[in-house]
Amino acid sequence: MATPELLNLGFEFVEIFAFIVLATVGLAVIFGMMGIINLAHGEFILVGAYATSFAVAAGLPLAVAMAVGVVVTAAFGLVLERLIIRRLYGRLLDSMVVTWGISLVMIQLTRIAFGNTAPGVGIPFGQLPVVDGPTYYLVLAVIAVGVLGGLYALFTWTDFGVRARATMQDEETARSMGVDTDRMYMATFAIGSGLAGLAGALYAPVMTVTPEYGTSFLVESFVAVVVGGSSVLLGTILASGFLGTINAAFTNLAGTFMGQVAMLVAAIVAIRLMPDGITGLLSDLREKWGESE
Amino acid sequence: MSVDSSNGPLAGLRRPFEGPNTMGNTPSFWLGFVAAVAVLAALPILFGYYAAEIGAVFLAYALLGVSLAFIWGYCGILSFGQVAFFGIGGYAFGVVAINVPTLTGATLGLLAAIAVSTCFAAALGYFMFYGGVRDVYVTILTLVVALVLYTFMGQTAGGEWAIGDARLGGFNGMSGVPDLGIGIGSTGLEIGIVGHYYVTLSALVATYLGLRALVNSRFGYAMVATREDESRTEMFGYNTTFIKFAVFTIGGAIAGLSGVLFATQNNYIDPSVFGITAAALPVVWASVGGRTSLLGTVGAALAIQFVDYQLALSGSEWALVIIGSLLVFVVLVMPEGVAPRLRDLVVNYRSSEPTPADAPAGTEEVSD
Repeated sequence: MATPELLNLGFEFVEIFAFIVLATVGLAVIFGMMGIINLAHGEFILVGAYATSFAVAAGLPLAVAMAVGVVVTAAFGLVLERLIIRRLYGRLLDSMVVTWGISLVMIQLTRIAFGNTAPGVGIPFGQLPVVDGPTYYLVLAVIAVGVLGGLYALFTWTDFGVRARATMQDEETARSMGVDTDRMYMATFAIGSGLAGLAGALYAPVMTVTPEYGTSFLVESFVAVVVGGSSVLLGTILASGFLGTINAAFTNLAGTFMGQVAMLVAAIVAIRLMPDGITGLLSDLREKWGESE
Repeated sequence: MSVDSSNGPLAGLRRPFEGPNTMGNTPSFWLGFVAAVAVLAALPILFGYYAAEIGAVFLAYALLGVSLAFIWGYCGILSFGQVAFFGIGGYAFGVVAINVPTLTGATLGLLAAIAVSTCFAAALGYFMFYGGVRDVYVTILTLVVALVLYTFMGQTAGGEWAIGDARLGGFNGMSGVPDLGIGIGSTGLEIGIVGHYYVTLSALVATYLGLRALVNSRFGYAMVATREDESRTEMFGYNTTFIKFAVFTIGGAIAGLSGVLFATQNNYIDPSVFGITAAALPVVWASVGGRTSLLGTVGAALAIQFVDYQLALSGSEWALVIIGSLLVFVVLVMPEGVAPRLRDLVVNYRSSEPTPADAPAGTEEVSD
C-alpha cells in the first residue's frame, strides 16, 4: 500500500475512533455507572447541537457557543433526571422503554419548534495538507482523548469521583457513610448529559443539524457501550478502537454502507462471544490467571 | 380459576383456553370477546371498502404486537427487534411472489415467508440463548439485528440487488408485491381487499386463541417460571435455554406472518420497517396495553395506530409527541400496562362478579 493510501486509512480510523468515543462516553457514564439505558442519548446530543447552532447564529464565537451547548444539555439532563429518570433506577428494561418515549417526543417537538434544520455552522481550521480531510477531525480526536483523560482524573482523583463511584457500587453503605447518594445520581446523570451535549456541539459544524441528528449517533454509541462492557473508560477506549478499526477497514474496501454493516455484524459477534463486553472478558481472564498462580 | 368458569353451556369448549396465565376466564369475558370479534368483523360491512383497507393494516400490526407480548410478557425476553422478522416475512413473500406471478407464487410466498422468518428467528435464538446472551443484551442484540437489516436493505438500490425479477430497491422499497392468494397456477382463490381484512382478522383471532392455549399448557407454566426465576426453574429440571429458544422462534414465526399480511395489504415494503421508530412500536403497544395481556396488547395496537392514523390524516404533527408521552406516562404510572390495571380495578370493585377487563377496552377503541 502506498504511503498516501496508508495515511488516508489512518486518518479515517482516527476520524471514526473520535466519533465513536465522543458519541459513547456520555452514554457509557449513564449506563455503566447508573444502570440506565438511555435511548434518548441521541436526542441529548441533538440538544447540544441545536444550542450550539443557535448560539453561533446569535453571534457568539464558536468555542463559547459549544460551551453553551454543553451547559444547556447538562441542565436539560438534570431536569429530566429529577422529573423522570430517578424513578427508574434498578429498572433496566423500563428505563429503555421510557427513554425511548422521551426520544420520540424530543425529536418531534424539535421539528415542531424549529423546523427541519438548524442554522449552519462553518467548519473551522481549514483543510489538511497531506490527506483529504479537514484539520478539524484531528482536533476532534485530540479532544476525545482529552475527555477520556479528564473523566479518568475526575472519577479517580477527586473527592466527588470517589463518592460517585461508592454510590453506584453500594448505595446503602455509601449513604450510611454520609454520602448524599441522591445528589450523586443527579450529578452523574448531568455529567453524562453534558458529555452528550459536547458530542452534539463538536459535530454541529461537520454534520447537518436536523431533528433526526441524534439517531446517527445512537447506533454507534449503543453498540460501543455494550461491546465495551461495564468498565466505563477502558471499555469505551477498547470498543471504539475495535469497532473503529473494522469500520475504517471495510469502508476503505467496500464503501461507507458496508463499513457500517461490517461494524454492526462484528458487534453482534462480539456480544455473543463476550456477553459482558471486552472489559468483562478482561476481568474474567485476570481472575483465571490469579487462580493459576 | 373462579367457580363459575367450570360450568355453563360451553365450558368444555372454553377449557383449553383458560388458566391462571390469562385474564378473562369467565362466561361474560367470552361473551365480550365474541362481541368484539363481531364488531371487528362488521367494520367492512358498516364502513365499506376503505375501512377494510386501513383496518387490515392495524390488525396486522396487532398480530405483530401479540408476537412480542407472547415472548416478552410470558417469557421475559424483550426483543426490540421484533420488526426484523416482520420485515423479513414481508420481503420474503415479495421476492417469491414477484418471481412466480401466479397463485402458486402467492401460496409458495406465504409458506416461504413464514419458513424464512421462523428459520431466521431460530438461528438468532440459537446464537443468543445457547451462547449465554442474557437480559438486556438480548434486547440490544435484537435491536442491532434490526438496524443491520435497515442499513443493509437501504443500500440495495442498485440494479444488481435483485433476486430474479424482484428488485429490492433500497430506500425506495420493493413495490409490486402481489396480493395474497391461495391456489396453483391460475386456479384458486384470489384474496381481494375485503377478503384480506377477514384473513388478517382470522389470523389474529386464531393466533390469540392458540397462544392462550399454549400459555395455559404445561409448556406455558414452564415459560412463566423461566420468566420469574430462571435458575430455580432450571434446578427443577426444565431446560430453560430450550424454552427461551422455542418461545423466541414461535414469536418470530408470528411476526413473519404479520409481515406478510402487511406487505400484501400495501403491495409494498421498504426498509423503514426495520428502523428504530418501527422497531419500538411493538414495544409501545405491549407496554401500554400490558405485556402480560395478549388482548391488552391487541387493544393498544389498534387504538394507538388508529389515533396515529387520524392525527396523520388531519395533518397534525403531534402524533409522535402524544405516543411518546403516553409511553412515558404508562410505564411510570402503571408499569404493568393498562389492561392488567383495568382488570385489578374491576376485580376490586366488583369482586362478587368478575367481569372481563380487557375485552371492552378492545371493543370501544375500534368501534368509535
